[in-house]
Amino acid sequence: MSKVLLQVEDLRTYFFTRKGVVKAVDGISFYVNEGETLGLVGESACGKTVSALSIMRLLPEPAGRIVGGKILLDGTNLLELDKKEMRHYRGRVISMILQDPMTSLNPVYPIGDQIAEAVRLHQGLRDEKVTEEVVSALRLLKIPSPEVILGNYPFQLSGGMRQRVVGAIAMSCHPRLLIADEPTTALDATIQAQYIALFKDVQKKTNVSILFITHDFGVVSTMCHRVAVMYAGKILETATTREIFKDPKHPYTSALMQSVPRLDQKGGRLYSIKGQPPSLRGLPTGCRFAPRCPVVKPVCREEEPPEVEISKGHFVSCWKAK
Amino acid sequence: MADVLLEGRDLVKHYPVKKGLLQRTVGWVRAVDGISFTIERGRTLSLVGESGAGKTTTAKAVLLQEKPTSGTIFFEGQDLNLLSRAQLKREYRPRLGSVQQNPWSSMDPRMKVRDVVAEPLVVNTKQSKQQLRSRVAELLEEVGLNPELSENYPHEFSGGQRQRIAVARAMALNPSLVVLDEPVSALDVSIRAQIMNLLKDLQGQYNLSYLVIAHNLATVRYMSHTVAIMYLGKIVEYGEGENLFLQPLHPYTKALISASMLTLPEDEEKGVKQVILSGEMPSPMNPPPGCRFHTRCTEAMPECSQTVPELRDVGGGHKVACNRV
Repeated sequence: MSKVLLQVEDLRTYFFTRKGVVKAVDGISFYVNEGETLGLVGESACGKTVSALSIMRLLPEPAGRIVGGKILLDGTNLLELDKKEMRHYRGRVISMILQDPMTSLNPVYPIGDQIAEAVRLHQGLRDEKVTEEVVSALRLLKIPSPEVILGNYPFQLSGGMRQRVVGAIAMSCHPRLLIADEPTTALDATIQAQYIALFKDVQKKTNVSILFITHDFGVVSTMCHRVAVMYAGKILETATTREIFKDPKHPYTSALMQSVPRLDQKGGRLYSIKGQPPSLRGLPTGCRFAPRCPVVKPVCREEEPPEVEISKGHFVSCWKAK
Repeated sequence: MADVLLEGRDLVKHYPVKKGLLQRTVGWVRAVDGISFTIERGRTLSLVGESGAGKTTTAKAVLLQEKPTSGTIFFEGQDLNLLSRAQLKREYRPRLGSVQQNPWSSMDPRMKVRDVVAEPLVVNTKQSKQQLRSRVAELLEEVGLNPELSENYPHEFSGGQRQRIAVARAMALNPSLVVLDEPVSALDVSIRAQIMNLLKDLQGQYNLSYLVIAHNLATVRYMSHTVAIMYLGKIVEYGEGENLFLQPLHPYTKALISASMLTLPEDEEKGVKQVILSGEMPSPMNPPPGCRFHTRCTEAMPECSQTVPELRDVGGGHKVACNRV
């Protein structure tokens, strides 16, 4: 059995706005093993990115605050660290890739400098040592002729190459946990397939754990070992990728699967989930999926279902699940 | 013979690249380089490809937003090149509708929904305020929105609702052809299905033709009757109905399909291999000689770098441009 690297317990992140409290993340628990990829899947505004920012402790304060829970990295609770100690973790132990490489890279610096910045800051290296690390990071991400490319500016590279550079920055300090927030969404289909294959290879070489945030079940199926499905601030179901696809237990998971057009199936009419996700300011009482659920029972509207482990490693929060 | 609504014949669009003080033309971006297609009445043609393939340029040519460098568009048999501007405005434009990808940028944030939807009617018809109001209410109802919301502004709606408003606007003039440029790619998964079903319902009800631009093959399979796969300004494969998905012939189509498939862990154990292309799409300013795809092709032969493959019919309306076939 592999070792748990990241353990999140009952994390609650709320935003305090003039119009009321937005419960963006409302009590989620999950873990990521060493060398494993966990997919965090959900629609926009379900709290995926806020979960990631909470782990990085990069929330827009003071509006956004972690009001409860624990984030244990190798046994250390990140929420108890002060700012300086936390800075030690960022980049060195945990790093992050964002969705759009055009906005996460600085347009006026060559990409070599941008990778070097991370290396210098987090590893305290100097001169040739820095260049060595930069080149090896570029090489890890299979960027052709790294010695030449490090002098290029982001605009000289294609979208796929830019996203590789972002990956190189994230991997440059040999982190143990990589948080990738929709890293392939901005890429074309064939480039996306390249990028995913590349990251599986990087993972094999470095044994890095990946928390992979996405809305795309296709990406999940190729990339992730396990999946957590999130809806309106809660994780509704967690299981291995195989089980999620073969035997989804939560009605939201199965509805979501059915509403995705599959390339290998010719369907007449797509199944669609009626209605829209609830506002995070005024969540319904009981199960938050109840208003849209096709198999809702009276109890669902009154009481929030607890998370139960229905088979080993398969967690579901639903009154119907057995 | 099928009822052809619109036909594009040998469409070419080259954009000049200008440089220096004198703005001399130093090269051409061959965005669309000689493509032909037909759209039948009541049916859907999808153009599929990655960014830079020329899909949107083609759509713009159909919408008259770009004038093609050469080539002809026939609408109900009429050559559009032969129509005057006034005729185009009167006879062609009102027959088209268009839905853009991003419902956040495709409408004026300072216009009320009722004005957004009514705009095509105001521009192209002479209707009283009363008539406009009732038509807008009718349209909103048609796309599944409450007509009482017509006094609201776009920002008060969610992405899916906005896309419904955009569809209502496109439908305002009872068009024959609607150009849908990535109609669902900006929407959430659970909302996508709602919009795709709506578009299908409208098509059945009004015998609409759709020209769909998309990069997601699964969406395309669900929406379309005919599919054209584009690569670097050319159509590499053209298939009726299911042909293209059941029997992809072009290596690029195969790679695209493989990239959009779900691969489960057990598939990997069974040894189902994903086709992963190396490299990236070359610049359309300087496309490779011979077959444009040969630089990334997994099945390339020596002659592919010299011989330009023609788009050939392989039976059943299935056409492919590959030297191997």
